[in-house]
Amino acid sequence: MTQTTLPPIKKNEPVSAPRGGISDRSRAERRLGWRLAGPAFAVMLLVTAYPILQAVYYSLFNYRLTDPENRSFVGLGNYFVILSDSLWWQAVAVTVLITVVTVVVELVLGFALALVMSKALSTLRPVLRAAILIPYAVITVVSAFSWRFAFNITTGFVNSWLSWLPGIGADTDWFGGKWTSLLVICLSEIWKTTPFISLLLLAGLAQVPDVLQEAAQVDGATWWQRLWKVTIPNMKAAIMVALLFRTLDAFRIFDSIFVMTAGANGTESVSFLAYRQTISRVEIGLGSAVSVLLFLCVVLIAFAFIRGFKIDLAQTRGEK
Amino acid sequence: MSRREKTWWWIAGVVILLYCLFPIAWIASLSFKGPADIANQQFLPSTTTTENYSTILTGTASDLFLPALRNSFGICLIATFISCILSMFAAYAIARLDFPGKKLILSTALAVAIFPVISIVTPLFNLWRQIGLYDTWLGLIIPYLSLTLPLSIWTMSAFFREIPWEMEQAAQVDGATTWQAFRKVIVPLAAPGVFTTAIIAFFIAWNDFAYGISLTSTSRARPVPAALGLFSGASQFEDPTGAIAAAAVIVTIPVVVLVLIFQRRIVAGLTNGAVKG
Amino acid sequence: MAEIVMNNIVKQYGDGFPAVNDVSLDIADGEFMILVGPSGCGKSTLLRMIVGLEDITSGDMVIGGTRVNDKAPRERNLSMVFQNYALYPHLSVFENIAFPLRLAKMDDAEVRRRVNEAADVLELHEHLERKPANLSGGQRQRVAMGRAIVRQAEAFLFDEPLSNLDAKLRGQMRTEISRLQRRLGITTVYVTHDQTEAMTLGDRVCVLRKGKIQQVASPRELYEQPVNLFVAGFIGSPPMNFLPAQLEGNQLSTPFGPIELDDRRAKAVTGRDLLLVGIRPEYFEDASLVDDAKRPLGSVFRARVDVTEWLGDQQYAYIPYEAPEEITAQLRALSRELDSEELRTQAIVSIDSTSRIREGRDAEFWLDSRKVHVFDPTTGDNLTRDAEAGAALTRMATEDREEQIAESTGGPSGRSADSGGAQAAGAA
Repeated sequence: MTQTTLPPIKKNEPVSAPRGGISDRSRAERRLGWRLAGPAFAVMLLVTAYPILQAVYYSLFNYRLTDPENRSFVGLGNYFVILSDSLWWQAVAVTVLITVVTVVVELVLGFALALVMSKALSTLRPVLRAAILIPYAVITVVSAFSWRFAFNITTGFVNSWLSWLPGIGADTDWFGGKWTSLLVICLSEIWKTTPFISLLLLAGLAQVPDVLQEAAQVDGATWWQRLWKVTIPNMKAAIMVALLFRTLDAFRIFDSIFVMTAGANGTESVSFLAYRQTISRVEIGLGSAVSVLLFLCVVLIAFAFIRGFKIDLAQTRGEK
Repeated sequence: MSRREKTWWWIAGVVILLYCLFPIAWIASLSFKGPADIANQQFLPSTTTTENYSTILTGTASDLFLPALRNSFGICLIATFISCILSMFAAYAIARLDFPGKKLILSTALAVAIFPVISIVTPLFNLWRQIGLYDTWLGLIIPYLSLTLPLSIWTMSAFFREIPWEMEQAAQVDGATTWQAFRKVIVPLAAPGVFTTAIIAFFIAWNDFAYGISLTSTSRARPVPAALGLFSGASQFEDPTGAIAAAAVIVTIPVVVLVLIFQRRIVAGLTNGAVKG
Repeated sequence: MAEIVMNNIVKQYGDGFPAVNDVSLDIADGEFMILVGPSGCGKSTLLRMIVGLEDITSGDMVIGGTRVNDKAPRERNLSMVFQNYALYPHLSVFENIAFPLRLAKMDDAEVRRRVNEAADVLELHEHLERKPANLSGGQRQRVAMGRAIVRQAEAFLFDEPLSNLDAKLRGQMRTEISRLQRRLGITTVYVTHDQTEAMTLGDRVCVLRKGKIQQVASPRELYEQPVNLFVAGFIGSPPMNFLPAQLEGNQLSTPFGPIELDDRRAKAVTGRDLLLVGIRPEYFEDASLVDDAKRPLGSVFRARVDVTEWLGDQQYAYIPYEAPEEITAQLRALSRELDSEELRTQAIVSIDSTSRIREGRDAEFWLDSRKVHVFDPTTGDNLTRDAEAGAALTRMATEDREEQIAESTGGPSGRSADSGGAQAAGAA
């Protein structure tokens, strides 16, 4: 797992020890290095590697918590059950839809926010920076509740505010149908995570040297051309990192769906499906299998990103 | 900048402000609505009342909310503290020392960071039930470490890398032991980074929902987000909306305060770890 | 104060690359030794091995009679000025300078006295309470020096200390360092890539190339009796010109006409087809301005001038010449190694500033053939080096140094007050 997420890094860093004989000091340094980093490493491994292996193991059993006597080995049976179930595919479709929609909108919106912030008047900038952190810092559950109440048929103000739009009236039930529910879920997600993206992009923007802009301006590029031909190519690394992290994050969507629809009307995401199988229905075997599949999806996405877009995380992370 | 341009930037700024604050303003407004106003379908209450707050702080819902608040604070602070200590050592080693496996640790941190929480919840749910950690503080602190550690390690090693290590060597040449160099030179320089990381780690722990609802069952250890998500009113005849809104406002206050005080550092911490490193 | 002796020092990195390869060097007590060479030659690594920040793969490092290979930096009692000064940003200038004393748990009054003394020497008094971030480059540099001189160290080590300063300040600090070193009479090792610093500061200069010592000698000896092509090309600015040459009898035939060699030098170079003759720019002159007494000591040739540069006090002319492919390849490799721009095969010639030689025209030049050196193009060895003359130059420099140190330490007691105080505290 750890090896697959990072491409092999070639670098010529001098190791302060000759091949063969390692000097006392560098041996001491190695020991100290592991002694310091070891605990954190061990904790991370324990709380992730162990559970996921456990999940793989459980996923091979037909195992219901309330019925432990009938636990039986079924091999890959659980996976066949899941993969042939339309519920799973529906969850995947919903998850992919939410991921694509939110990430695309967030990227565009986040970029616009970053541009405004980078150009904003110096009096306004600290205010904007504080404001933009608030959605990031607010608990997802709170954000979800806020949007849910806003669109709710009894408590919400949205219907009365938007009543001038065709098709929307006091009795429009946003959470009554799949697509409108998903729309509100996406809105909530977008509101909450756009600021994070915009901050990452803002940092990327700051790394594009001003002289490049000036040079392009002298060369006769319009604002739009400068944006596409100078700014964006030069902050590709930042964009890719933001994209990767947000995609993986969006794919794991759970909190908002739980709060807003509880998976009703076909709005169940993969994470939610796994949760429902395990915690609500205590189908440990099936739930574990869903978890493992979710995990594989995430690994696949990460892998595809790193290979497909050639994100050199080591480079973008400044691993010199 | 011309006057017209200036106006446009102001407008853009105000739009962003509205965007950021609107949902928070809404939930705050909702929290001041009385039972009669809740369904008024308007943004603002017609008369403001604090009765929702008294419901959750002293009233019927207080025995649900207050323990949850205490749990959240306790668990998040402990988890943040532990993860900062652990990642401080790890980040020091990564930024400063030369040892094989550095890449492995960073890659592991990255892998753990993108790990789907739900995939861990399922087996943990089982395991915690077997070994008695289900519905305990410790049972949440441990998984919270997996949430906060990767980010803390990345962010802190990014901060630590910016410390000019020549300084530490200078101290050694000046006659300091390794420990003296660390305490007198490195700690003062590293403190801001550690502090920033702690704030961000706290946000992450504070935001958790999946572990909260899955690994707890009672107010013994249930944190606020989970309590909110599962809250259905003190009694089934009561509409929980107002109480939820009031609770949401209360849990939002600490993060808003932190954001307002430390905004500059938080931004540096968030972007440092992810973009520049 | 101590002498530093290095025996067969080797530094090998993990990939087997030897950054420092079998270096043996004796630095006498009170001597100012310069380590110089192009980037990547191992000079900084060597310095860091002296101070203990870098492990020694093999060999012995002996400071003041004790082998220090396995000692931590703090046990070696050396002070060092880093390239970026390494000032502690959270401490005031006073506390920065006092840092080594605080670590030694010196009492407060003594710390105050010594820091004030150092501040006197370096004129830092009005800045003592400021933070390093608020200081200018030159002031930071002085604070770093203050931290170095405040305690009685065995030796001073400098790692390119002036490279972050602008040219004017660099000149000032250079004389400052020189003055300070003489006054304290302390053994000093100074790493630089700047040859002005190397030539002006050092009692002796150690030229390194790819981790190996090329030559250790006084600046004068390096300049006049370089041991090989590398040293000859590295020392001197503008650099020495290298022309292809063939020996015919006692004459070298070069693109700039024949050059007469004396018997000693002619004998030393016989038996080789192709030679490189090294001529410093100032060995040339505009033929019309050479007085008749000097004229027979050199040869006169005509050449077309490509470009002239008039600098007021002097003037340079660039004269292109033809050279066989193997020579140009060799010269290209050399200039690459010396971090300089890839040279075209042209000679840089220093002529009197009153000369009216014009660009693009033929002109007559005179060449002083007494001082030319002849190199073997394949090995790079200087075939005509006069070792005895060179050694005499270095001996002179050593005598100068000893005299100066004796003067400063034997001078009025007020002048050596700070070193005396430091000694007393060092013993405590």
